[in-house]
Amino acid sequence: MKIINKALLAAAATGTALPAYAQEAMTLDEKVNSIFAQFTGPFVSLIFAPLPGTSFPWIVLWLVVAASVFTFYFAFVQLRFFGHAVSLVKGDYSDPEDAGEVSHFQALATALSGTVGLGNIAGVAVAVGIGGPGATFWMILAGLLGMASKFTECTLGVKYRNEYPDGTVSGGPMYYISKGFKERGLPGGGALAILFSVFCILGALGGGNMFQANQAHAQISGILGDYPGWITGLVFAGVVFAVIVGGIKSIANVTEKVVPFMGILYVGAALVILLVNYDKVGWAFGQIFAGAFTGLGVAGGFVGALIQGFKRAAFSNEAGVGSAAIAHSAVRTKEPITEGFVSLLEPLIDTVVICTMTALVITISGQLIFDAEAGVYILNEAGTAIATEGGVGGVALTSAAFGSSISWFPYVLAVAVVLFAFSTMISWSYYGLKSWTYLFGEGKTSELTFKIIFCIFIVIGAAASLGPVIDFSDAAIFAMAVVNITALYFLMSIVREELRSYSERLQSGEIKKFAH
Amino acid sequence: MTTKLVIGLDGAGSGDRALSFATDLAKRIGDCELLVAYVIEWSPYSFQTAEENAQRHKRREEEISTAMERVVTPAVDALKKAGMNATGIVRHGDVAHTLNSICEKEGGHQIIVCRSSEGGLTQRIFGSSTANLVMSASVPVTVIG
Repeated sequence: MKIINKALLAAAATGTALPAYAQEAMTLDEKVNSIFAQFTGPFVSLIFAPLPGTSFPWIVLWLVVAASVFTFYFAFVQLRFFGHAVSLVKGDYSDPEDAGEVSHFQALATALSGTVGLGNIAGVAVAVGIGGPGATFWMILAGLLGMASKFTECTLGVKYRNEYPDGTVSGGPMYYISKGFKERGLPGGGALAILFSVFCILGALGGGNMFQANQAHAQISGILGDYPGWITGLVFAGVVFAVIVGGIKSIANVTEKVVPFMGILYVGAALVILLVNYDKVGWAFGQIFAGAFTGLGVAGGFVGALIQGFKRAAFSNEAGVGSAAIAHSAVRTKEPITEGFVSLLEPLIDTVVICTMTALVITISGQLIFDAEAGVYILNEAGTAIATEGGVGGVALTSAAFGSSISWFPYVLAVAVVLFAFSTMISWSYYGLKSWTYLFGEGKTSELTFKIIFCIFIVIGAAASLGPVIDFSDAAIFAMAVVNITALYFLMSIVREELRSYSERLQSGEIKKFAH
Repeated sequence: MTTKLVIGLDGAGSGDRALSFATDLAKRIGDCELLVAYVIEWSPYSFQTAEENAQRHKRREEEISTAMERVVTPAVDALKKAGMNATGIVRHGDVAHTLNSICEKEGGHQIIVCRSSEGGLTQRIFGSSTANLVMSASVPVTVIG
């Protein structure tokens, strides 16, 4: 996920003095913050509350436990059907007669463009910076387990989507919750679906919009120098407006091509750094495994590493949140479960591959200060995180790590962050819109209303540093997971039946590859 | 035995020359069936937004209907008017690969196309659809200049 919380914000802002205009605007911001915090504080505290006696947020445990339950319930579907998922993405099972419809690859790429981004760049830096390289091990484990959550929600997303007479489709948790509960004779489906939609709209306007605009402005002003955030907000709002309201395809087309390119460039650069430092890769993996179980001196020991790893993986790949089910539901397939198989590749790519790359580069770069004689990492003065070269954290730590091998890469990274923020906004504008139309009905006026509200929030997000608003937005996104996973527990038997039927037909040869 | 000729059109005016050549050839052959094919360039590996995905089925139907209406049906009507046994088909995909697939599936004996209307950078980088078809087709291909 491209959502990062206030810890990252603080990390990104390390060492940056507030400009004069910001200080002048502080009073207004403070007023808004205090009023908003009064109303939303209890909700935020509830969602991010730590388990008694720990600093482990219960919501992260909720996501990890769900991922583990689905993994066992579907008998390690992520391992058994991994090869089949790759075949589906390659199009081996796609009917040539359906050419021109949304392919499995396209649905996967669209969903990935909504998840790969700041979480992979900044979130991992926070995880490794606080939890040490050992956090990577737990992040990978959480990513592997999260594959089963995605499989469950995306199968249901396709199975219970709405197909309209004009050929368009709408899908997502709100549809499978209401239809699935009704089909199974369970009460409360309608109310849960409405609750999910409300949280999704709030999450879309906050984490999927305001926070992205805020971070994009932070990146741009970091390069160009400080200037008022509303200017960035207006530019972004104008471009997003042109895409989602004006339907300017050329902008969307450019973004669609550039964002995957940036993703590939990022992974490519990480691979080059790892290849150049091949002699340290073994050592870095050693640090990851050793740190996972001992902590190697990080705050909180191995538990600290575990918390950070699980937390950042959950924040990064959105498994269980339900957003991916909206994105995947547009695929053209006669078998809903095939999209479930394809979607399980998402946490693998997002978390297991890309996040691990970031973590390895940071570890190898030597940015984390390590006492080789004692074999432990040295903590900063506050004792809250590992001391780094230049005292940086968050995006700045990733940037410094890449920059230590490829001097010009920080500039590319800054462009990537801005583009990722933009693509996240486009993705979340759609997720929010689908929830909005679920609540208020499909129709041009209804859709336009949401889209205009969405654009206004971009300007607000870029102009102000509204901490409580951001906290509330992140909380709303994770509240989506509370509703979604609750529903998944009630509906997972439907997915198991789909899996059993599909597996039998696949083994009997009834489902076979097409000759292309 | 009926000979089946597949005529690939790209919507450009040069398609008339392909139709004219096919008509002439069919008359010489005698027992001949003509299949007019139009392929809408499409890749399952392109990137789209979620909203585009949601509307894709609707758009696909519109694209097929437009291609049928503007390119294929007029061509089929013209061939029928000339006394030919003609049908039409519209498909999405890579032009060269899809034309060859249509020909294989329909039991075509020859593919007739016009010289590619692509040019400039696209052709230099990716090659023309016509050249790709000539290189990969499983039946003889006639390219009309």
